[in-house]
Amino acid sequence: MAGDVIKTDAVIIGAGPVGLFAVFELGLLDIKTHLIDILDKPGGQCAELYPEKPIYDIPAFPIITGQDLTEGLLVQIKPFDPVFHLQQRVDELKPGSDGGFHLTTDIGTRFETKIVIIAAGGGSFTPKRPPLSGIEQVEGTSVFYSVRRIEDFKDKNILIAGGGDSALDWALNLHPVAKRITLVHRREEFRAAPDSVNKMRALADAGELDFVIGQVMELHGEGDRLEAASIRLKEGEMTRLECDRLLPFFGLTMKLGPVADWGLNLERNHIPVDTEKFETSTKGIFAIGDINTYPGKLKLILSGFHEAALMARQAHRYVYPDTKLVFQHTTSSSSLQRKLGVK
Amino acid sequence: MAKITYIEHDGTKHEVKAEAGMTVMEAAVKNTVPGIEAECGGACACATCHVYVREDWREATGQPEEMEEDMLDFAFDVRESSRLSCQIKVTDELDGLVVNVPEKQF
Repeated sequence: MAGDVIKTDAVIIGAGPVGLFAVFELGLLDIKTHLIDILDKPGGQCAELYPEKPIYDIPAFPIITGQDLTEGLLVQIKPFDPVFHLQQRVDELKPGSDGGFHLTTDIGTRFETKIVIIAAGGGSFTPKRPPLSGIEQVEGTSVFYSVRRIEDFKDKNILIAGGGDSALDWALNLHPVAKRITLVHRREEFRAAPDSVNKMRALADAGELDFVIGQVMELHGEGDRLEAASIRLKEGEMTRLECDRLLPFFGLTMKLGPVADWGLNLERNHIPVDTEKFETSTKGIFAIGDINTYPGKLKLILSGFHEAALMARQAHRYVYPDTKLVFQHTTSSSSLQRKLGVK
Repeated sequence: MAKITYIEHDGTKHEVKAEAGMTVMEAAVKNTVPGIEAECGGACACATCHVYVREDWREATGQPEEMEEDMLDFAFDVRESSRLSCQIKVTDELDGLVVNVPEKQF
């Protein structure tokens, strides 16, 4: 995937509501944006955690769902043609020699940008690690949270834990290459698509795959090698299952992730900023929304919107150092209205 | 008003006065009861407010609905008595409720 370096004015890390609105505020000031998000769709927590949940504190919307808020923002920023880079996580952020910044994502997309806006909320969504003692030692060798290379699973005794689409899809997809697949889920009902559940049950009935109702409670092994797992069955009795691979699928959680390695000052997992420009300890890197902190900070979407607007003023000074910025209202400025495509 | 007792894994008890209408999770967070993380803030979108309801209170607190049952898939060491405390509404009838906080939320 490593192609040419993408050159842009601004890279926004995080495509949640605040990152999306930053596109708007920057766009009004002629600043071009690229957005990077680990999820497969824009909207951040609104899209991933509570798309159907009503939000009651967005000004002028007595009630709006996370999904509708996201869709509204996407319509609002359309005139500025933001470029989305989804299912990618920024792993590296370094100052460039020209005063800007260089970014690289986990799949190798590279950016050269004048400014960076971190709008990463609670951090990046990462797979949940079951609290099993010793699991860290076998991660990456025997325990995986996603399947990157099928060969790692060839002729292996694979234990898959979970009852959603990932668990079922991988049980079905790895079945042809695995030595044996055991699916462990705590109950008879699944969250996964009924079609995959039916396919899995058919394989189980044919004796080609094992489905066990239970929960993984303990891991056993030597060094970085997994050998077995203790499963608590429905009635409470424990059983030991030999396995050399474990794929736990227990959903996602938010972790600060690589942000901690970018040389920025941090305060209890948040990025301190000033309340005039929302700039971090590094000039040209801003932090807005839930990820920042300052005296009086409130983790509200509306506060993030405000922060985006003020951040954009300072951003303009970096991107257009020789142009004086005159404040204009969208209601009356014909130049802003032209940018929005309404004039 | 209902008195709710949260018992940590190590046996530490926390007695909290909760107003009717709030959730058992909110009452815990408001009173900084350790072990109730409530990462998603009560949207039934994580499983980090997992509790075990004492046997004698299970009828009064009711059964989890489908969405909560789905979310419980993401909790660790789920038992018959498992509930997400953000889905238990405090009522005057729950005065005296006792819940156990699991060793680990995840």
